[in-house]
Formats: sequence, structure tokens, C-alpha cells
Amino acid sequence: MAIATEQGKGIGQAVHRKEDKKLLTGKGRYVDDLKLPGMQHMAVVRSTHAHADITGIDTSKAKGMPGVTAVLTGDDLEFAAGVPCASNPTGDMVHPVRPPLAKGRVRHAGEPVAVVLATDRYAAADAAAMVEVSYSPLPAVITPEQALADGAPKVHEELDSNVGLVLAHKTDNVDDAFAKADVVVKHTIRNQRLIHVPIETRGVVADWNTASDELTVHSSTQVPHFLRTFLAIVCGVSEAKVRAIAPDVGGGFGSKLNAYAEEFIAAAASQKIGAPVKWIEERSEAMLATCHGRAQDAHMELAATKDGKVLAMRAHYVQDYGSYLQMLTPLISQLTLLMSPGAYAIPEVDVTVTNVYTNTVPTDALRGAGRPEATHAIERMMDILALELGMSRTEIRRRNFPQEFPFTTAIGLMYDSGDYEKTLDKLLELSDSKDEFEKRRAEADGRGKLLGRGLSTWVEVCGFVPSDVARSALGLTPGGWESSTVRMHPTGKVTVITGTSPHGQGHATSWSQIIETELGIPFDDVEVIHGDTAFAPYGLGTYGSRSLAVGGTAVHLAATQLRDKARLVAAQMLEASSDDLDFEGGTFSVKGSPDKSVTMQEVAFRAWQAFDMPEGVTPGLDETVFFDPPNCVFPFGAHGCEVEVDKETGKVEITSYIAVDDCGNVINPMIVDGQVHGGVAHGIGQALYEGAVYDANGQLLTGSLVEYVIPTAVEIPSIQTHRTVTPSPTNPLGVKGIGEAGTIASTPAVVGAVCNALGVRDLDMPLQPETVWRAMQEGGAA
Amino acid sequence: MKRAVTISVNGVSHTTEVEPRTLLVHFLREHLNLTGTHVGCDTSNCGACTVWLDGMAVKSCTVLAVQANGSDVTTIEGVSANGDLHPMQRAFHETHGLQCGYCTPGMVMTAIKLLESNPDPSDDEIRRGLEGNLCRCTGYENIVAAVRQAASGVTV
Repeated sequence: MAIATEQGKGIGQAVHRKEDKKLLTGKGRYVDDLKLPGMQHMAVVRSTHAHADITGIDTSKAKGMPGVTAVLTGDDLEFAAGVPCASNPTGDMVHPVRPPLAKGRVRHAGEPVAVVLATDRYAAADAAAMVEVSYSPLPAVITPEQALADGAPKVHEELDSNVGLVLAHKTDNVDDAFAKADVVVKHTIRNQRLIHVPIETRGVVADWNTASDELTVHSSTQVPHFLRTFLAIVCGVSEAKVRAIAPDVGGGFGSKLNAYAEEFIAAAASQKIGAPVKWIEERSEAMLATCHGRAQDAHMELAATKDGKVLAMRAHYVQDYGSYLQMLTPLISQLTLLMSPGAYAIPEVDVTVTNVYTNTVPTDALRGAGRPEATHAIERMMDILALELGMSRTEIRRRNFPQEFPFTTAIGLMYDSGDYEKTLDKLLELSDSKDEFEKRRAEADGRGKLLGRGLSTWVEVCGFVPSDVARSALGLTPGGWESSTVRMHPTGKVTVITGTSPHGQGHATSWSQIIETELGIPFDDVEVIHGDTAFAPYGLGTYGSRSLAVGGTAVHLAATQLRDKARLVAAQMLEASSDDLDFEGGTFSVKGSPDKSVTMQEVAFRAWQAFDMPEGVTPGLDETVFFDPPNCVFPFGAHGCEVEVDKETGKVEITSYIAVDDCGNVINPMIVDGQVHGGVAHGIGQALYEGAVYDANGQLLTGSLVEYVIPTAVEIPSIQTHRTVTPSPTNPLGVKGIGEAGTIASTPAVVGAVCNALGVRDLDMPLQPETVWRAMQEGGAA
Repeated sequence: MKRAVTISVNGVSHTTEVEPRTLLVHFLREHLNLTGTHVGCDTSNCGACTVWLDGMAVKSCTVLAVQANGSDVTTIEGVSANGDLHPMQRAFHETHGLQCGYCTPGMVMTAIKLLESNPDPSDDEIRRGLEGNLCRCTGYENIVAAVRQAASGVTV
């Protein structure tokens, strides 16, 4: 690792994070750490049924409990709109209306039905247990299969069926290609339903000043500005009076890329009782009521020549929406469609997505959001095709990589830059040879272990998104730009205000590195403000591996613009032409006369004084840029892993994991490696351990971290990270996103390794010991 | 009915009345405003609330405040003196052993006790020693590296 102090702390250095000290010493400020005068604690009464009419709510006992301020139901709180969805892929998709507090009917177990406000959280919980809700249960559909069956009960009466949306993309010659193919392989690949599990649950403190009508909402969110806009719309208050603040946020992984019922309820309840309201989600509520992810089956077919060239793909995805549309629910499977061909030049495609309502928790973005699903399906299919043809899994990939970039896929996406063979070659260099592996495999067999290896060669679309594409191709309500302000103070220090909203990604550090490089202002003289709509120009937040490629670029451009203005002021100070100035290390100097110079700090002071300013130049150095990217970015890579499967128990252990990723230029290699580590661990969780399970009545069986297992340090192997660098032509920094890469890449590599160990075509995740053991009993290699 | 407790926290003795069901973590966070100790689950799985109770690392969501009566408790706020980071905190910083920071206080409290009982652990022993603390951001790679670095006494 480069020692940052020797080479400054600019772009490319593994600078230690400036965020760390407060977080390490208990001085972080998360939502639950906040106390306001008179603050009441909210507890939520949730539906105990998957589908039911509410026939009565008796709040009398609860209201009489000690410490209780109010008990509110859907009849007590008025909202101007329902819980918002900002995605309409076809433009004419019907969005079923969902009141933040249920009115009359509930459509999943865990839906908010009433709230209790009390002086402390214990009293609130006690009283919530005393609210008596009467239900008349309705027949429910828990799986997409049930929801699609003839005569199935409907989740939403106003819709024709439980199909919320069908998306399709078909090129002209798919059927011909299938007819001509030497081989066709067909398989169903399943992405099970997952729960995000950031270690901090959701939480909100809403403070509605009933005198001024100002609403301040502190929320554990990835998208404070979206939250402000939606609070204004749903609660019926001027957006100019709403301030949303994301304080320190304890992880999100997509679960906090949303505007939730409870955020609106807390705001409305605060208005109703005239006091601040705090709601901190319990973990069991997080499992039951925060959006879930994945829940998608892919019915896949590949047509290929006998030498392994894929001619065409048919893919039919069935996406479980759950009961309602959350903020980006329809976007997720749309992203699966867009990335369905993965890292391969597949000339003909026929892709359909059937999106289905069920009486379960809504699904939405989960680290990767539609791209892990697409990647897992196509990567597993490439393995299956290799097996069918008796070809190596690396060779079949190589034969189908695009050779020239930019590369436009049959779906119509333009992959901006890439060199897929380079990452694969590097992975192979770093891995044991086949002979060495086979030797170890034979040795392991003698001690009751089956060894297997797997790989994936992945690409993803991130850095969302050119605003016109957001509208025309994706049907999103907002565009995809990002904002940044770079402000120089008279004393030469810098404040960066970013529209991104980090929750672990280290933007304060990376954005400071960009400033050191662009302005020559020392890293330690830069402060970064984020997550407060009162300070920041509108920002779209942090999700979809977009922050650096779009938000970091906005920082870069604002700094560049500021430097251009500073150059004019410096020229006046030096009595030189601005074209005659060099700028290096934070100092402007006259070309050929390096002793005639002024520092950026001196220029900042002069610009603040505004004495003797050049003609037409305004006072101050304070620049704001809104950057709308011309394209998305497409990071890629090759991951490989080796597993040992216990022949007696079916337990899988990952014995080595190598990641080779290419995210273009790197601002901070330490942070990039950290993102890959976390992503890989998350993907391993999906491959081996995690899965949300409902029973036949729609009751969540995995309602706590006892039943829903996320990996500990024991389950996760040491993860080796390596890189190649293929700069993106899409932005001036040449960067691509890396936050979701590990999650996208690792799941198929791990499943591929277990299938390789057992000698089976495919296995449905999660590969818990029972699944693997049963596969061995049914004729695997045991 | 409330009960009187006297608990020494970070070297300061506190005598107060609490409901008998008050969890130690809520006593620390809500009565003493020591918000560095976090809550991440309802089931003692995540370890975000780890503190030291009479020198042992415990999950403070699984201890009642009344059970800690007469005990010495140390929280993350009591680990670093005079603004200097404890060597374990410094190691977490230097190895990038934290991202969102929510699990970090509990992780640090566990890790310090891990080295007290085993000053020179193997990577495998480190991983087993941290099994009761969940992190969703780091994939544990750099947390293990932090503990290894703290054990070696070397700083970057």
C-alpha cells in the first residue's frame, strides 16, 4: 500500500479516512443518538395477516397506559398522497395507491396499522401490544406461482391481475439463431429473496414546528433530498419548509434508498401531537417491514455453436414485487433485463420480465439491484453450456467476450470501455494451475472433502444515469445528475458540499483527495458536508455505485471551475496574462519567472476582499456544478474461488477467493479494496447462507438474525483483491463504480465452485449444508 | 417499581433509579447519554452493543441494568484517554477496518479483550474470536488485519 504522506494525499493514494476518529471513539451521531425536547417515542402496530380487511381497531386500552401521548390509526392521519414510487418503466404502469398507515385493508404481514406515541420506548412498546386490531382474513398469494395461477386472489382489486408489469426486448433473428444452433441449453436459475441487514436499522426523528410549519426530519437514509421532496408531497407541506438530514448512517445496501411509510407517519404524527417524534426500528421490524431484495427466477436458454460461440439467448425473468411498489421497485428487474447478456457479445436476445404482486414485503434495490440477478443467471448458464460442450469454463467465456469498446449490446446498452480478457488472464495467473488443483483435489478426497473451483466474469452498469436516459429508457421520475459546491474560505480552507449521501463509502476522504489534486489545498484543510438539505444544493444521493462517477466528477468539475476563476484573480495580482500562468502544487506562477507567484490561499483571500478584481469577475471563490453524465459506466472483472465440501455434512468452506476488478482510475485504493471485500462477503452470504422464507400463510419465518443468517468473520474467507485499470471515457476522472462489484461477481463464482465440487449442473441458493447434502445423496459426486 | 442501582461507568459512579427491565444498553445510552454503544438486533446476535462488565466483554442488550449493580462498566467512550486513540482503534483506522462505523465500537471492545486473552492469535483465532460481532460493510478482511496489526504492535 502506498504511504500517502510521502506523495501527498491526492488522487491515487491510499489515504486513511478522515471519517474514522469519531466513529472509532463513539462520537458518531446516528439517528438513535438524537434527543429533542419533548420528544415522544413511536411504536408501530403491524398487521399480523398477509391479506385481510381491518374490521376494527380498539385503541382504548392502549390510550390508558402509562406514558402514552396518543394512539393513531389510518383514520387519524391525513396524507396528500400515498407512499411514493419514482419508477414507471413503460410510462403507463398503474401504481397502486398505498396509504402510509393502512386504511381498511392490509396486504402483507408487517404493514403499519396504527402507531403509539409515548414518553419512552418501553412505554410505547407496552401500549402497542394493547392495541386490539380485528381482521377478516382474505385469501393470500405468497409466491409468484400462486399469484399467476388462474383465479388467484388479487393483491390489488383495481388491477386486472397480479401482473404488475411486463417488459420485453426482442431482436429480429432470435428464432433463426435457435434453429441453426448446434446446442441449446436450458435451465431455471433462482435468486432467492434476501434481506439487507445493515447493522443499523431504519430510524427517524421528525420535528414538525406547528407554529412555523417547518418540518425537520432526521432519517437513516441514503437519499435525503428525495426524502425531502416526498415528505413535501405526501405530507402536503411546502418543500421549502422541509429539511431532511441524514446524520451518520449505519449502512444501507439499498434498503435506505427509499421513502418509507414510517417516515411519513412520524412526520404527520409530530404535526398531530405538536412534539418531535422518534421511531427506531427494531430488528424484527426490519426483517418484517423494510423492503427485501432479489426474489427473481430466470428461465434461461442459450443457443450456441459446437465450438462455444453463443448465438442467442432467451430469458424469461419472473420478479416478485411483493405487495406494493416502493421507491424503485419496477426499476430493479428492468436493470436485470438491461444487463441480461452480461459480459458477452450475444447477437440475438429475447428477454421478457413478468413482474408479479404477492402478499409479501415489497422488494426493491439490494446491493447490485437487478444486476446480481442478471449476472448470476448468465454466469451459471455459461458454466452449464461449458459442461454441455465439454469445454473449459474460462475458454467459453473468452470466446464470447466483446473485442472492441465501446461495445453496444443487443439490448442497446453501450459498454463504455473494457478489456475482459485482461482481468481473466490476471485471475488465471494468480490461481493454481489445473495440475496443482487436481493434485490437491485428490488429496482432499482422501480426507472426506470435495474440492471445487468456480469463476465469474462480470460487468455491470452503474454511475446512474444520463437524465434523458433516466426518462426515455428507464421511466424514472428524477434524472441522474449530481451536484457539488466547492467553497474557498478567506483563510484558504475549503468546504465541499456534495449531493451524495455516504454511509460508509468514505466520500469525505475521497472528495478531499480530489480537492488536493485539483486545487493544491492540503487534504487536511478540506471539510466535506453531506446529507443535509439545508446546506446542500439538490443531490440525488448514494446508490447504484454512482457516487464517484457522477458525484465525484461534480466535485472535480466544481474545483476546476473554481481554479479557472482563481487563475483570473491571480493574473491580476501578478500583473500577468492568465494564459501566462502555470499552476502547480497550489501555486500560480508566471511562466519563466517562478519567483513571481501567489498561492491559492492568497488568491482566495483576495477574492474575498474583492479588491482590484479583474474586469467582470465577481467576488469570492464559491462554485457549484450540476453534472449530468453522458453515459453510465461499466466496471468489470473476473473473480475465482475454491471451496471444500464436507462429504458427510454438506458444509461448504471457501478456502480461497481472488477478485480481479477494473473500475477505471482509482482515487483511493484502500477504499476500493474495502468496497470489494464487503461486496464479496455480501455475495457469499447470498450464495451460501441467506434467504428470507415465508410460510404458506405469508408469515415470515426468518424474522430475526437467529433465523436469517448473515455471515460472521468465520464464514468469510480472506479475500485477495487485485486490479487492472481501464479508464472510463465517460467522465474526466476516468472512474467507474465499485460498491456493488463484489456482490455481483461473487455469488456465481461460489455456486459454480460448489457445483464443480459435486459435479452437478446447478443448485438453488442458498447452499446451506442440507441443500448440498441432498444434492450429494441424489447422485452428485459423493 | 423502580430500583436503585449504582454502576461505575468509565470510572465515574452513577447512582440512579431504573425500571428493573431496563437493559444495560438503554441505561448507558438513554440515562447516561453514552451513545457510542449501539443496538443492532433484538437477539444478541450482532454484538454492536458490546461493553466491558467487570473486565469481560458482554453484550449489553443481554444484561439488565440491575444485574450490573455494583459493577464496573467500560464503554467505547472510556477506551481512549485524553483524545489519543487506543492502539486497537488506531489499527482499525490504519487498516481501514471500518466503513459505516456502526458495528465498530462493539467490534473494538471485543477485539481488545480478544488480545488480552490471546496476545498473538492466528488469523483463524481472530476470526473465531470475533464471531459474536457482525459487520455488513467490510467483509471482515480489514477487521482481521486491524487485530493482527494491533497484536504486532506495529503501526503504519
